[in-house]
Amino acid sequence: MAAVDAQTIGKSYGATAVLDGVSLRFEDGRFTSLLGPSGSGKTTLLRIVAGFVTADRGRILIGGEDVTQVPVWKRAIGMVFQSYALFPHMSVDDNVAFGLARRGVRGEEARRRVGEALEMVRLSGFGARRPKELSGGQQQRVALARAIVTRPRVLLLDEPLSALDRRLRQEMQVELKRIQREVGITTIFVTHDQEEALALSDHVAILDRGRIVQAGSPGDVYERPATRFAASFLGDANFLEGTVAEGGVIVGGVLVRTDDPLPAPGAKALLAVRPEKIALVPAWGAAPAGHNAVPATVRQVVYAGAASTYLLDGPDGVSLTVFAQNRTGGPVAEAGATVTLAFPPKQTILIKD
Amino acid sequence: MTAAGKVFLFAVLGFLYLPVAVLVAMAFNASPLYALPFEFTTHWFEELSGNDKLLAATRNSVLIAILTTVLATIIGSLAAIALSRRRFRGRTLLQLLLLPPIAIPWLIIGTAMLVFFFWTGIGRGLHAMVLGHVALAIPYVVLVVGAGLNNTRIDLEEAAMSLGSTPLHAFFAVTLPLLMPSLIAAALFAFAVSLDQFVISYFLATPGVSTLPVEIYTSIRKGFTPEVNAVSSLLLAASMFLIIIFARLTKVGGVSGRR
Repeated sequence: MAAVDAQTIGKSYGATAVLDGVSLRFEDGRFTSLLGPSGSGKTTLLRIVAGFVTADRGRILIGGEDVTQVPVWKRAIGMVFQSYALFPHMSVDDNVAFGLARRGVRGEEARRRVGEALEMVRLSGFGARRPKELSGGQQQRVALARAIVTRPRVLLLDEPLSALDRRLRQEMQVELKRIQREVGITTIFVTHDQEEALALSDHVAILDRGRIVQAGSPGDVYERPATRFAASFLGDANFLEGTVAEGGVIVGGVLVRTDDPLPAPGAKALLAVRPEKIALVPAWGAAPAGHNAVPATVRQVVYAGAASTYLLDGPDGVSLTVFAQNRTGGPVAEAGATVTLAFPPKQTILIKD
Repeated sequence: MTAAGKVFLFAVLGFLYLPVAVLVAMAFNASPLYALPFEFTTHWFEELSGNDKLLAATRNSVLIAILTTVLATIIGSLAAIALSRRRFRGRTLLQLLLLPPIAIPWLIIGTAMLVFFFWTGIGRGLHAMVLGHVALAIPYVVLVVGAGLNNTRIDLEEAAMSLGSTPLHAFFAVTLPLLMPSLIAAALFAFAVSLDQFVISYFLATPGVSTLPVEIYTSIRKGFTPEVNAVSSLLLAASMFLIIIFARLTKVGGVSGRR
C-alpha cells in the first residue's frame, strides 16, 4: 500500500497534447476518481501510472519510489480493465493465480490466497469455471480478485463498470467500495460517470483537455465548483451571467447576491446554482428573507414520481432548471405559471467561465 | 430447409464428392480398365507395395510437405506477428506484396523459380522443391495467422503484464495458446499447398527425384493402372484424418462453448 504521486506529467501524441503538466497526489488508502469526458486525458494518466504509456515529461512516484523508468511488470500494480481482460483459456482459479505465480507464490499458499480472494468477491465455488461461463458482473468480480490477490501497492480501475447494466452497476459500486475499504488499498478509478465518481470516491479530480480543472472531496467539488466546466460536468447547474453592482451581480435587471468575494463593480461575473438548491415560490407567496428572489416563467414540468424537474425561463430569457420533491402531491406549478425562484446567497457560487 | 434447398445441397455435395468416390471405388475394383461390374480386390494396393517409383515419390512428397509446413509456419508466423504488432516503415507495402504470389499463376512462378535457381546455382532437386514450396506457402501462413492475431486482444497481454509478466512471457502464456487454432490452420494450409503442388515440383524435379503429383502425371501419360487410384486413396485418407484433427482442435462447425 502506498501513495501515488504524479508530478507535472506531460504527454503529446503528435501535435495533440493529451496531458499538459498534470500534478496530482493519490493519498495512501484513498479512493480517487479521475473524472472527465472522453479525450480529457484521464485514461492516459491512468496508463502512465500503470506504466503502459511513457510520459514525455514528469515523474511517477509510488510509495515515494520513482517508478518513471520502471516497466509495468515490476511496478507491483493491480489493474482492472474495461473489457475485464480475463484469460479465456484459463479457469477462474488459474486467472486469479496468474499474478501469484509471477511473484513466485505457488502450491498450497497460492491456493489459499486464491480462495480468499474469490471469497472476498463472493465467488467461492466458481474456481473451476471458464470466464465465458460467467455473467458480466461475475467476470468483473474475477477481474477484481485477480487484481488484488497479489496485494499490489495501487489498484487501477479503467472504467470497470461501464459495460454492466444499470442495476448491476449499482450493485458492483457497493461491492467495489466494500472491498476497497477491507483491503485499504490506494485506488485510482477512471470514469466518465459523475454519479459513480461521487458515490465511490474519497477524492475526485476533474480533467478537461489534459488539465486538472478541480480536485477535492466529492462534497467540495460538487458544492463549490470552480469553473463552468466543473459545475456542468459534475451534476447539473444553472448559470447566471451579469455585471457586478450593489454588492451583488445584476442579472437581467435582477440583483443576485452571493457570499463569495466579488470582483470590482462593473466587472462581468458568472454565478452557478445547483437545481436542487432552488425553491419554487408560487406567485402569491414570498421568498424567505435574505434569499435571492428571481422571477421566472415555467416552460415545462417533467413529473418523475418522487420529484419533478421544472424547466423555466428566467431574466433575459436565460434557461433555468429546478429539481423539487413532490411533497404536496404533484408538481407545485404548471407550465405557463409565473413563479419566484428562491435560493440562499451561500449556495450561489461565483465561478470562472 | 425447403425441399428445393435440400436437392440443391445434395447436388453440390454430389458434384464435389462423386469423382472422389469413384476414384476410391476404382482402387478396389479388379478391372484394370475400370470396367464394371464392380469386383472387390486389394490387388492394386499389393501392386503398389512393389512399385518403388511411386513409393519413392510419395515419400518425397510427404517429406517436402513436412519440411515446408515447419519452415513456412515458423517464418510466416513471425512475419505475421511483426506485421500486426509492430509499426515500421513500409509495413503496408510489405503486406500488399504478400498477395500477388497467391494470385500469380503457378506456371509463371514455376518458370521464374526455375530460371532463378538455375542462374543462382541452386539448381533442381529436393532442396529446390522445398525452397519453392516454402516461398509459395508463406503468404498463406501470414494471412491465416495475421487474421488470428487480429482477433487476439492486446488487453489480455496488458493484463498479464500488470500481473507481473514480461512482454515475452505474456505472449507465450496468453497470446500463443489463443493463437493455436490459427497456427494449426496455417500449418495445414502450408502442408496442403506443398502436397498439392504440381507445376513447380514438375519444373524443379530431376529425373531421379520427383513427387507424387509429378509421378502420377508421368504415369498417366504412359497409360496408368489403378495403382494410382490406390495411392490417391491412401493420400485422401491421410488428408481426411488431418482435417478431422483440425476440426476437433479448432471446433470448426461445432458449438464453441456456452456463451
